[in-house]
Amino acid sequence: MSTPAQEFLRSAAIKSADLEHRRTIRAGIDHYEAAVDRAGARFLDWEAARQRLHEIKWEAVNHLDRYLLEFEMRVKERGGHVYWAETAEDARQYIADLAAQRGVRTVVKSKSMVTEEIDLTHTLEKKGVTVFETDLGELIVQLRNEPPYHLMTPAMHLTRAEIAKLFGEKFGGVESDDPQHLVAVARRALRKAFFSAEMGVTGANFLVADTGMIALTTNEGNGRLGSSLPRIHVAVAGIEKVIPRMEDLALIWPTLARSAVGQSIACYNTLIGGPRTASEPDGPEEFHLVLLDNGRSELLADSEQRDVLHCIRCGACLNVCPVFRKVGGHSYGTVYGGPIGSVLMPHLGGLSKYQHLSFASSLCGACTKACPVKIDLHHHLLHNRRNAVQSTERPASERLAFRLWSWAMMGERRFALLGSAARVLLRGVQALGLARTPLDPMRPWTEVHAAPAIPKKSFRALWREQHGAS
Amino acid sequence: MEQRRKRIGAVENLKETCPETMHNGQPMQTIALFIPCFVDQLNPAVGIDMARVLRRIGYAVRFPEAQTCCGQPAFNSGYWHEARPVAERFVRVFRDADAIVCPSGSCTTMVRNFYPELLAGTPILAEAKSVAARVYECCEFLIKIAKVTDVGASFPHRVTYHDACHALRELHLKQEPRELLRHVRGLEVVEMPYCEECCGFGGTFATKFPMISSAMGETKSINVEASGAEYVTSTDSSCLMHIDGILRLRKSSARTIHVASILAQTALPSENASISTVAERTR
Repeated sequence: MSTPAQEFLRSAAIKSADLEHRRTIRAGIDHYEAAVDRAGARFLDWEAARQRLHEIKWEAVNHLDRYLLEFEMRVKERGGHVYWAETAEDARQYIADLAAQRGVRTVVKSKSMVTEEIDLTHTLEKKGVTVFETDLGELIVQLRNEPPYHLMTPAMHLTRAEIAKLFGEKFGGVESDDPQHLVAVARRALRKAFFSAEMGVTGANFLVADTGMIALTTNEGNGRLGSSLPRIHVAVAGIEKVIPRMEDLALIWPTLARSAVGQSIACYNTLIGGPRTASEPDGPEEFHLVLLDNGRSELLADSEQRDVLHCIRCGACLNVCPVFRKVGGHSYGTVYGGPIGSVLMPHLGGLSKYQHLSFASSLCGACTKACPVKIDLHHHLLHNRRNAVQSTERPASERLAFRLWSWAMMGERRFALLGSAARVLLRGVQALGLARTPLDPMRPWTEVHAAPAIPKKSFRALWREQHGAS
Repeated sequence: MEQRRKRIGAVENLKETCPETMHNGQPMQTIALFIPCFVDQLNPAVGIDMARVLRRIGYAVRFPEAQTCCGQPAFNSGYWHEARPVAERFVRVFRDADAIVCPSGSCTTMVRNFYPELLAGTPILAEAKSVAARVYECCEFLIKIAKVTDVGASFPHRVTYHDACHALRELHLKQEPRELLRHVRGLEVVEMPYCEECCGFGGTFATKFPMISSAMGETKSINVEASGAEYVTSTDSSCLMHIDGILRLRKSSARTIHVASILAQTALPSENASISTVAERTR
C-alpha cells in the first residue's frame, strides 16, 4: 500500500508526460479563458467586485455563529429540519438513516462537492439505494466509476468521442457525438429517475441567513427537478456557505458564474425555503438541511488561514493552475483538487497525509490572482510548508541540508569558497563528459535539462578584479 | 559572533570610492547591488551587465561583499527557522543603502513581500521593513525611480518577454520590462502565447517534482518557439536557466538572455567586450 504522496508522484509523472491529456485540457481551458474574458467585460470593475465579495464572505465567516443560528431558526420556522454534522461520518449516517426510515429506494443527486467529501453515494449504495447523478458531467464520471476530475467541470478530461462511446455502452441509442444529441440521450435516462426517486439530494451554493433559504445554482435545471419532484429533499452544505443577506446574491451570482464557467449568470439560480406549505401544490413534503463541520471549525480557529473558508468552489484556481494543467485532477487523489485542494486538504484530512500537495507548486500565484473571493492561496501553500516542517516528519536529509545551507549563508567567505568548489567540481564533471550521467552531482536537474554552462568566476570574483577589494 | 558582526559592519560601512555623480545638477544616490546567490555563482554576467547599465545612466554603484543569499530557498521550503538568521544578516548588510537594486523579481519579492512576515516578532523587523521599502527589481528601478525608458542600448534581434511570476504577480511589473525593451535600438518585441504562464522553475519545486516542472518548461519552450523570437528574456535568471536547459534539449534555435544583459548591449563594440564573451559562454 503506497502513501498518498507516492501515489501523487506516480500519477503526476504519468499525466505530465501524457500529451493527449495536455491537449484536451488546453482546449478546455482556452474555451474557458475566452468565456471568462467575455463575461469579465460586463463588470465595470472586476477588482472592486472581488474586494466586495471578499468583504461579504469575511463578514459571514467571522460571524458564523450568529448567521448560522439565524439561518437555522428561519429554516425551522418554515418546517424544515436542520442537522448539525460534526464529521463526515455523522452526515452520511443521518442521510442513510433517513433514507432507510422513509423506505427510499432511489435517490437523484445534483452536483455537490460536499457530498463527495462525505462519500454519500457509496454509503447509500451499500444500503441498497440506487443513486443517480443528474448533472451531465457528474453522470459521465459516475458511469465511468471514477471521482470528479474537477470540482466545477467533472468530466473536463474527456472528449466528446469518449463520452459518446460511454453513453453507447451504458444507454444505447447513440447516433453521433453531437453534444445536443448526447444530452438528449442522458435526459431520456434521467427523466425516469427524477420521477421515480423518493429522495433528492443537492448541495447548497449559499445559505442565506436573513431569509433562511438555500441558494442553488445549476446550468441544467437538474437541481430544480431534484429538489422539487421527490418527496424528500436533503441539502448538504459546509458551515462556511452562509451569507448574511439575500441582496448579497446580486453580486455573488454573476461573480460565481464568471469565475466558474465564464457566464454572465448561470442558467438556473434557485432559492429554496423549505418543504411545501399547505397552500402550495408542489414541492417536497420534507426538507432536511445537513450542516457539515468536518474540520471547518478548526480552520476557523486558524487566524492565518481562515480566509480559506471564503471559498465558493468556483474552480477558477484549478483552471489557471499550471500544475493542475499538467498533472490533471485525478492525480491529487483528493476530493478537492488544484490549489484550493492543496491548501484545504491538510485541514480536512491531516497535514501529514496531504502536506506533499503544498510542496507540489511553483508558487506562481496565478490561483491567488484568479480567486474571486481573494483567498491568499499560494501564500497558504507556504504556510502549510512551514507547518509541515514544524510538526511532521520531513526527511532527515532535507533537515540537515537546510541546516548546512543556513550555516554556509552566514558567512560570505564560506559561501564564496563553497560556491567556487562546486563550480570547479561541476566544470570538471562536464569536461570529463560526465554531465547527465549518474555521476553528475547536478542530477536530477540534468535529467530533464541540457547541462548549464558553469562560469569560471563568480560575480564577486569578477567585481574584485575590476574594483579591488572593498 | 561579535567578531563576525564587526566584520560585516566594516564591509558595509565602506562606501563606493567612485567620484560623486551629478544628474540634472543633483547628486545621485549610490546604489547597492543586490546580487542573488545563484547569479553570483552561475550567471555573473547578469550582475556585471546590470551594474554597467546603472552606471551608464549616471548612478554610482557598490557591491556590499558581505551579502550571500536572501533566504528564499529555505523560506519557500518551509524552513523558516533556518531562513531567519540569513534574512536578518541581509538586513544588517543593506541597512545603510540608499537604494538596493537586484536583477531578480523573485529575490526582490522575498525581501519586500516576505521579510515582514518571516521576521515578524523579531527585534530587526522595523529595520527589515525599511530595507524592504528600498529594494527594487532592476527594470522597476529604471522605470519608476530613475524614470528612464531609454538606457542607450542596442540589440538588433527579435525578442519575446517571459513574465516571471514574482515580478508579475508579487511586484506587479508587467509593462516596465517591455517599456525598456521597446526603447532598445533594433529590438523587436514579439509576444508569445500564454506569456504569463509559469515556466515551471519554482526553486526546489524543480528538483522535488522534475517531471511536472519540466512538462511546464516544455510548454513554455513551445510557446517561445511559436513566437518566432530569437531570444526569450525575463527579469529572472532562474526562470531563464530552466527554459534554456529545455530549449537546448529540444534543439531549439531560440536562446535565453537576461533583460539586464540586453540593456547593457550598446552599438559600441568596445563596451560589449565582456558581454560577448559571456554570451558565447551561455550559448
